[in-house]
Amino acid sequence: MDNKDKYKKVAYYPGCALEGTAHAYDSSTREVGKALGLELEEVENWNCCGAMEVKNVDTKLQTYLSSRVLSIAANEMKHDVVMAPCNGCYHNLKKAEYDLAEDDASVEVVEKLSTKAGHETYKAGQIETIHALDWIKKAVGEEELEKKIENSLQGLKVANYYGCMYTRPRHIFPEKDQGEGSESIDKPHYMDDLLAVAGAENVEFPLKTACCGGAHTLSDSDMSTKLVLNILQAAEASGAEVIATECPTCHSGLEMHQVRAEKELGIKTNVKIMYFTQLLGVALGMSKRKVSIHENVSDGSKLLKEKGIG
Amino acid sequence: MRSFEDIEQAIDAAQKSEEPISSAKVLLEAGEDVMEQWVSAHDGEPTQKEKEGFRLLALHRQGAKGEPSFNACRETCRELVYYYNLITLDKSHEDVAKRVVMMALVAKHLLYFVSGKMIENELGGFCCASKPLRANMN
Repeated sequence: MDNKDKYKKVAYYPGCALEGTAHAYDSSTREVGKALGLELEEVENWNCCGAMEVKNVDTKLQTYLSSRVLSIAANEMKHDVVMAPCNGCYHNLKKAEYDLAEDDASVEVVEKLSTKAGHETYKAGQIETIHALDWIKKAVGEEELEKKIENSLQGLKVANYYGCMYTRPRHIFPEKDQGEGSESIDKPHYMDDLLAVAGAENVEFPLKTACCGGAHTLSDSDMSTKLVLNILQAAEASGAEVIATECPTCHSGLEMHQVRAEKELGIKTNVKIMYFTQLLGVALGMSKRKVSIHENVSDGSKLLKEKGIG
Repeated sequence: MRSFEDIEQAIDAAQKSEEPISSAKVLLEAGEDVMEQWVSAHDGEPTQKEKEGFRLLALHRQGAKGEPSFNACRETCRELVYYYNLITLDKSHEDVAKRVVMMALVAKHLLYFVSGKMIENELGGFCCASKPLRANMN
């Protein structure tokens, strides 16, 4: 089997954000997949990955919650690969995989809870967890993607923002930093690669993995606003018209605190925020509506129209 | 040891300065001072050593010991060093003013990130774990 084939049909774990605030990320991911001839099969009866909240209270319970998702995808749906577009979900599934490979106490808790819940216990190595960026890179690749671009993003200056959880902590991502073709921990580039193929001009952006303040957003909104405003200003200083995102927490944080910075601090920034799947969808010839750009708080429809894109 | 407020003012002043080399030095020192705050708040003695030629990187390594979530600002420290090198190695470059602005924004992000981690009481050990350290700092 061609290695690409392994990724053409995968289990899909949207997680809670993609059913709520990040609906646009969910719909644009599904549409881009369809346009590229890829197939997603949603994990049946999936549950919360444990997010930040459970992990904070009981890290092993979070491992169990993520392991249940992995177990359904691997044991019940017989998939080799599960794709999670949300950085938080992706991170937690990877963490569970690591814990179950390295920590006997986690294995014990997961076995106990899985038995009690009445499903097969997930064992490390049964399934591969990937991000939406990995999915398109591995199942399609730049060469094939380029052939399908109908509406180049040429002239659009983009700052690619990956956030903190896509690469950290590095020990749960053993496949990264493995030489040519692999993703980089220090300087991630998969989103840059895909959007460059779609015609975008990627700007040099020093804060691509910097904290968006997501964890502070309820407890210390002022600090989150400062962190976000700084990211927005850095993107604008880099010459970017759009910040491309691949994490629903980062995305909604950037959008909400952009509004809040103007309201509370009187500082307005104009850079637009869009999911990379929305930009790819437009480049693949879809309408802005089909990839739900109208659902973004930071609506980039006008900018794309002015640029003659879509 | 300078307070976060003083460091922020120094960053703002450096961003507006028209002397790129001195701005770069001020911004690098601002990064070091932010790291000193973190290390001191953890009852450590800020190192005077250098890593890869920069005290900032040695301070970051010191600050991340036993606190893995602190690696979330590792790249920010390295970006500061990157811009310092860009500016000081070619102060006449046509983009030097832009580089100073970028370095200031990176320095400010580091300041907000670290001070944010120190400001929240018992926020817990998830993600960017904030610790009740601010109260013991001054």
